[in-house]
Amino acid sequence: MNCKISCETWLVIFGTLLAILLRCCTSLHPYSGEATPPMYGDYEAQRHWMEVTTNLPTNQWYVNTSDNDLNYWGLDYPPMTAYHMYLCGRAANLINENFTKLHDSRGYESDTHKVFMRYTVLIGDVFLFIPAIILYYQTTVKIGKTQDNEIKKKKQKSSKTLNEIKPMNASLSIVLALLYPGIILIDHGHFQYNCISLAFAIFATTLRVYLSLGKVLFWGILRLMKIGTTVIVMFMIIWYPFTFDLDDFELVLLRQFPIARGVFEDKVANIWCALNVVFKFKTTLDNYQMMRICLFTTLSALFPSSVDLFLRPNLRKFVLSLINSSLAFFLFSFQVHEKTILLVAIPVLIISIEHAYRSSLNTQDGLAEYYRSLLATLLDIEYKKATQLDILKMTYQQVIKNSDALKTLIFHFAIPPTRYPDLYPLLISVYACVHFVGFFVYFNVKQLRIPQQFEDIKNVKVKSS
Amino acid sequence: MIFTTTLLTSCVKLLLVPAYRSTDFEVHRNWLAITHSLPINKWYFESTSQWTLDYPPLFAWFEYLLSFVAALFDKKMLNVNHINYSSDETVLFQRLSVIFTDLVYTIGVYKCCAALQKSWRKDVVLPILLITNCGLIMVDHIHFQYNGIMYGILLISISYILQGKHLKAAFWFTILLNMKHIYLYLAPAYFIYLLRHYCIKGPLTFKNVVSRNTFKTFSLLGSVVISVFLATYLPFMDHIPQVLSRLFPFKRGLCHAYWAPNVWAIYNTADKIGFFIASRSGIHFGNKSTASMTGGLVQEFSHSFLPNIPPMVTMLLTILCMIPAMVKLFFLNKQATNFIRCMVVCGLTSFLFGWHVHEKAILMPIIPLSILSIMETTDARMFLLLSTVGHYSLFPLLYPLSLLSVKVLLLLLYSVYAFHSLYKMYPLSICSYTLPLLSPLESIYVLGLGAIFLYENVIHHLLGLHSQLPFLPLMITSVYCAIGIIYSWVSYYIYFLKYNGVHVRTKSNKMNKVE
Repeated sequence: MNCKISCETWLVIFGTLLAILLRCCTSLHPYSGEATPPMYGDYEAQRHWMEVTTNLPTNQWYVNTSDNDLNYWGLDYPPMTAYHMYLCGRAANLINENFTKLHDSRGYESDTHKVFMRYTVLIGDVFLFIPAIILYYQTTVKIGKTQDNEIKKKKQKSSKTLNEIKPMNASLSIVLALLYPGIILIDHGHFQYNCISLAFAIFATTLRVYLSLGKVLFWGILRLMKIGTTVIVMFMIIWYPFTFDLDDFELVLLRQFPIARGVFEDKVANIWCALNVVFKFKTTLDNYQMMRICLFTTLSALFPSSVDLFLRPNLRKFVLSLINSSLAFFLFSFQVHEKTILLVAIPVLIISIEHAYRSSLNTQDGLAEYYRSLLATLLDIEYKKATQLDILKMTYQQVIKNSDALKTLIFHFAIPPTRYPDLYPLLISVYACVHFVGFFVYFNVKQLRIPQQFEDIKNVKVKSS
Repeated sequence: MIFTTTLLTSCVKLLLVPAYRSTDFEVHRNWLAITHSLPINKWYFESTSQWTLDYPPLFAWFEYLLSFVAALFDKKMLNVNHINYSSDETVLFQRLSVIFTDLVYTIGVYKCCAALQKSWRKDVVLPILLITNCGLIMVDHIHFQYNGIMYGILLISISYILQGKHLKAAFWFTILLNMKHIYLYLAPAYFIYLLRHYCIKGPLTFKNVVSRNTFKTFSLLGSVVISVFLATYLPFMDHIPQVLSRLFPFKRGLCHAYWAPNVWAIYNTADKIGFFIASRSGIHFGNKSTASMTGGLVQEFSHSFLPNIPPMVTMLLTILCMIPAMVKLFFLNKQATNFIRCMVVCGLTSFLFGWHVHEKAILMPIIPLSILSIMETTDARMFLLLSTVGHYSLFPLLYPLSLLSVKVLLLLLYSVYAFHSLYKMYPLSICSYTLPLLSPLESIYVLGLGAIFLYENVIHHLLGLHSQLPFLPLMITSVYCAIGIIYSWVSYYIYFLKYNGVHVRTKSNKMNKVE
């Protein structure tokens, strides 16, 4: 029975098992805010949301009442998260009523509860994120193959000139993507449910890729309307319980865009935090002014890549613009959390496979091309280094927050000057920020420089004729 | 390959630092404290903690050396009176010490691989099979112990046997014996092999056996062994009986807290069932205790239905069962693989019949067997069976709920890799619907472990039996595993007794050619 399974599949199987093992091992570590009353951390926030959603009627979830103190980890994510928390909360209730008892369960901590919470993340990860990644790569490999065949037919050359697609590359990329430490550390160490939302994002991208595979022509306005209606209908279904009362709706919106919390909280590797060294935004400008500046800079940073995507749509540009827009948001927007870098990292992971494939093609087209792809790969490696760095920073913060033992180990050798206790995190975040700005420029240039592909031009012609 | 594998495995081990740890953690912390804060002549008398020093002197020296590093982390852990002290620094230090001393194990693996003939089997498969051994990870890095360094020394010794450097092999094995005396169970194999192929050279004629050369080599070997013993025991010369009484605590029970899957587990189960049936039919057995034999701590107990087993019986049984293998080894040719096979038989026999056997002792046959697994089909088959069952039988050691997925994934990853790589090595499947290399019955048995796991963790709770019969799943696990291990012992023993180096080799060559 084994002989039918190819070497590449085995690689994926081992990689997946190893990825799950690493996730399980990480989940043995302390979570954010373990045993630190009164506010605890993200872990308690999620538990509190389970408590709120299972005990209160839907229209009170986002409203400040005597039963729902919004100052204590009030729900500030969109409704889908709330529904998810409701499901988890019901499960928690089955296992132990004390997990989600209204008021009484605040700051509830126990070994069983930790195991339960960890498993809820693990289930989301194993059943959504991992399949999403595998599915995405399988689809792109399929596309690569069909494209390859077409090129072969057109060129009418012997198969010598073109490399065959190596499924091994795809398997390796799957494994690398699954072992990406950012997700593992934040979701299973720090405690959050990013894997679920990221899984949906990847599913969406896969679908987009898949549709283009079917060579669906652009149906112009009709198609736009279709997409538009889908989006609006989805929103309506999800937001339905909160739209009875206009005031409620406003409250819900306000909860999700908290301006009162300031432009940044911890040391984040974005522009504002880095510039804060020179110019104190937090003290000189009030939050509303700051918000306007953020809005303006983010939109202008988004502009080139979005306009380019709009005018010259193309599959590769789409993935690249995903990177660009998420990087723009990470660098310039208001109230950014470190974990937002995951939104950048996932498209980069996605593109890495295509990249390996392209560079193997380019080698055939002459030395100049080869050189260019080499340069690009080098920059890619550099990028990965930077993400690694950010992860290092995340772990570093984890360490600061959770484990006194490691902290003493680090500070045994390097004691920060007492006047600036935040010196090291700040240095790391400024360093990372400089890199991120570099990548932002790099990926933008890269997107703009992608030439219009033959097929796209053909499509345009079909439409205009 | 060795380097990469070690690095990656060490990363996984590092992640396990905050995992659950057993009382062995406190045992070793206490030994650090004893060796660091007390003069040598009190090491084996100290009894403030219930976990007294019960390893041989060389291990005490090892702890003594470690304690100096420990002082850099947290001095408080080196106080004998700080019972159950486990600050974050202490945990970190102890875990790191295991990870770093595992480097000895890596050296052992390297030496063994270097001593074998060059092929991709030993360059890739063997290092991965040895270094990522999931039993060692479970026992050392979760449960907490220093088996890595011990097996490292054992592998170094084996590598010298493979190279034909017998004196060095004997030297390292004696060191190992002075680190931990459980390896005494392997000593018969060493003794017979060295006696036959180092001391007596050439064919077994009277002239050869009683000759000057034999006497010379024998005294050389003896002096190496004795001098190592002398060097380690010399500082404890004035209270050797006290040391020995600590090393061989026959006051402990026949079985460990969780029954190791051996003959006695089946014996105990038979006793329980017999008692149950007898008491149902109205027969009573006086005042004999009916207390559970699977309580938490190491304890004494008595059987209620079957006769009690004194330590002497287990010893006699072990020796009796080893004798045929010894005779066979004595008359076999000089190939080092024969010696390793005999070692596996010794390890398995002592595991099955020994007194107060710990579950982790199953690694004693599994690790030498992994070296053999890349050599012959039957060895590979036995390795697959024994490693899967043996590692599964370690599960009860890691009982906390949070480790459930970790232990399952460790076993799954290791076993899937073992089956996959060994199948590629010997691409002959007995039947298309079995696991590679295994017969249908063996396949069903291995897959049955999944059913046992399911029963233990889900069905037992759904039936609501966990309050009435809390030890039933443990009993089922050890009996089920015991059946598999006894089966492998019997078939491996038969294989070894029938083994004739030359014949099997050509046979397997023919089979390969047919493929």
